[in-house]
Amino acid sequence: MIPELGHFALILALLLALVQAVFPMYGAARGDATLMSLARPAAYGSLVLIASAFLAQAYAFASNDFSVLNVASHSNSKLPLEYRLAATWGSHEGSLLLWTLMLSGWMAAVARFSRHLPLAMVARVLSVMGMVAIGFLLFMLVTSNPFERLLPAAPEGRDLNPLLQDPGMVFHPPMLYMGYVGFSVAFAFALAALLGGRLDATWARWSRPWTTLAWCFLTAGIALGSVWAYYELGWGGWWFWDPVENASFMPWLAGTALIHSLAVTEKRGAFRSWTVLLAIIAFSLSLLGTFLVRSGVLTSVHAFATDPARGVFILAFLAVVIGGSLALYASRAGAVGLGGSFAPVSREALLLGNNVLLVVALAAVLLGTLYPLFIDALGLGKLSVGPPYFEAVFYPLMAPVIFLMGLGPMARWKQSSALELWRQTRLSLGVAVFGAMVVPWLMGRWSPLVASGLLLAFWVIATSLSGLFDRLARGAPSGFLGRLKQQPLSWWGMQLGHMGVAVFIIGVALVKAYEVEKDLRMAPGDTTSIGAYQFRLVDLREGRGPNFKSVIGRMEVWEGERLQAVLRPEKRNYDSSGMPMTEAAIQRSLSRDLYVSLGDPIGEHAWGVRIYVKPFVNWIWGGCVIMALGGLLAIFDRRYRLRAKAANAAATTTIAPEARV
Amino acid sequence: MKMPYFLLLLVGLPLGAAIAEVATPLAADPVMEERLKALGQDLRCLVCQNQSLADSNAPLAEDLRQVIREQFRLGKNDDQVRGFLVERYGDFVLYKPPLKGSTLPLWLGPFALLALGLGVLVVLLRKRGHKQPLAPTPDAKAQERARKLLDQDP
Repeated sequence: MIPELGHFALILALLLALVQAVFPMYGAARGDATLMSLARPAAYGSLVLIASAFLAQAYAFASNDFSVLNVASHSNSKLPLEYRLAATWGSHEGSLLLWTLMLSGWMAAVARFSRHLPLAMVARVLSVMGMVAIGFLLFMLVTSNPFERLLPAAPEGRDLNPLLQDPGMVFHPPMLYMGYVGFSVAFAFALAALLGGRLDATWARWSRPWTTLAWCFLTAGIALGSVWAYYELGWGGWWFWDPVENASFMPWLAGTALIHSLAVTEKRGAFRSWTVLLAIIAFSLSLLGTFLVRSGVLTSVHAFATDPARGVFILAFLAVVIGGSLALYASRAGAVGLGGSFAPVSREALLLGNNVLLVVALAAVLLGTLYPLFIDALGLGKLSVGPPYFEAVFYPLMAPVIFLMGLGPMARWKQSSALELWRQTRLSLGVAVFGAMVVPWLMGRWSPLVASGLLLAFWVIATSLSGLFDRLARGAPSGFLGRLKQQPLSWWGMQLGHMGVAVFIIGVALVKAYEVEKDLRMAPGDTTSIGAYQFRLVDLREGRGPNFKSVIGRMEVWEGERLQAVLRPEKRNYDSSGMPMTEAAIQRSLSRDLYVSLGDPIGEHAWGVRIYVKPFVNWIWGGCVIMALGGLLAIFDRRYRLRAKAANAAATTTIAPEARV
Repeated sequence: MKMPYFLLLLVGLPLGAAIAEVATPLAADPVMEERLKALGQDLRCLVCQNQSLADSNAPLAEDLRQVIREQFRLGKNDDQVRGFLVERYGDFVLYKPPLKGSTLPLWLGPFALLALGLGVLVVLLRKRGHKQPLAPTPDAKAQERARKLLDQDP
């Protein structure tokens, strides 16, 4: 009964989404306030209905209702409750339900926190989001119904993929999807602005906090996925340039370009059409990401779904969304106007340069990800495009991005001079070069690769600090504290975000250059040493989990006389699937990870053991967390909380005088 | 090994195991293994979903590694081994696709786009510079306002 109620709620949600998509849009075109004001209650209603459907699905999983096909194929009565709940979004159908739930959540949030926006704008934004909701609800109901029954019921479920039975998989997909779906808000604002013909700084100001929030979620979601791959897959990598990873990385790159372009549009009224285009691209790539992972087009770790009918639907959906929005863009963008003027050396120009580079890097990732599919589809043979390609193409494109990242915040809006920039940054450059020379040497081995990575990271840190010093040492209110307080939160957010990038780069460079890996044959009692660490395998024991058997090793790690860690790497064998899983044991610290994973038994007593010492690897994810926190800080800037009139007035004065030069 | 003796008693191991032995590398020839690892990073494990030959634990990956070890022993260099594998399994085995007709767009695409993007950028900046000359020195009031706005920039 409960699954049927969930199913019914989805059907009602589809009907409500139709109402939300059609009437407010029509009302906005006609100036009919009654029709426009349908948008908000419809958005709230959608949230209630889709949340009910989601709860019904979660209930089916929690109560082991194996008469629901989705539950029978992705859960098992022996699965612990937290993973049964996470299994709600572990499958293709469930992840779509989660997607739609998040979409309705974002819709309700827009409805709730947009009271200061003109009604027509809200109506159009919610209407566009309603159209997206129609697509997903229809997709679910037609091709991938999570409530489909299996009669007679299966006596036992087939179990969740053991790779997904992990806390990382409980949090990673919701975070990632919050990001993907969040870009639908930026997309909806962009389309609403195009439709309403009001593409100015006000629009950018309204759209900016939403976009930044989505970007924060996406950053955190990608980082969580990377952490998960690092400890769960057992071979210690954190990024594989796997198509599915790329699928989430591409919207991130577009989103990063978008939040910077929005900054210019808000501050200076420039780049308007470019910003709109980026918003369309970011959301299109989010949809493409969903499509790539969920259609079975790719064969990779994450692609669980294999059903061409679904692929055709999403492809058609993609064509409608991308084609439709680009057509609208093409018909309206010409009327947008150029916005404020700026000189070839100015903050605008630097940001535009960075945007171009980011988009080219994004295109490179897209090309590398889809190229094997094209070649295959054209019958030209099979091809692999892997890490060596992306490293060869992506890194050289990103290096200038990072360089400009240090320069941009130093430059003045409108007009700056190269000489002035040089004067402002030469000290930072000197510090960065010195650091890049010395630090690798202190770490024990100098190589051009690690030096160039560190050079970029130190450059960003040095310019950030020097910008900070400039702001706090000089300026209008006297006193250090007064100036400290006067800096807007969004400025602190930018500083923090850029610092996060630097921390991330340091982690990447150091772990790549100085990690040590050993593949050993170890019996209880055997030892090995890596650097200052002695590893000793004490014993191996049999263990038993709720739904698996395992062998658990005990490895002591000594540094001189001090016991640093006792690591318990585990090799699991899941009852239902018989799939062996390696659970690596890791002792984390700021400066290094000690990482041990069990391979296969060799002979009677010995096991293959893989040991890594990974210096500074946690800086990679730490950097991502700092980036996301920077974004959050920027969202809380007080200017976004200004009420209707104040916000409008401020935004107009920001661009009006200069924009019409 | 600096392990205190009492700890060994605590863990209750048979005395034989307490005589610590230095673990041996999994591979017979560690030097060759390093070489194999470096080469294997850029090769695809053909039966895995998306994993390099160096990282994979699949039985077929081990077989293939054995084949490569054979080739090494025959004195082949890395390029020759790659060539040998491509002959048997096609370009699919290489994570770094070779530069040839069918991969030209793949390798040149990003750089062509970069050139295009930078070209458009330069043209745009120049055009903007000509078409919309920068404002002559604004009056004091406007300058004051601009300064205030700049102060609150992120």
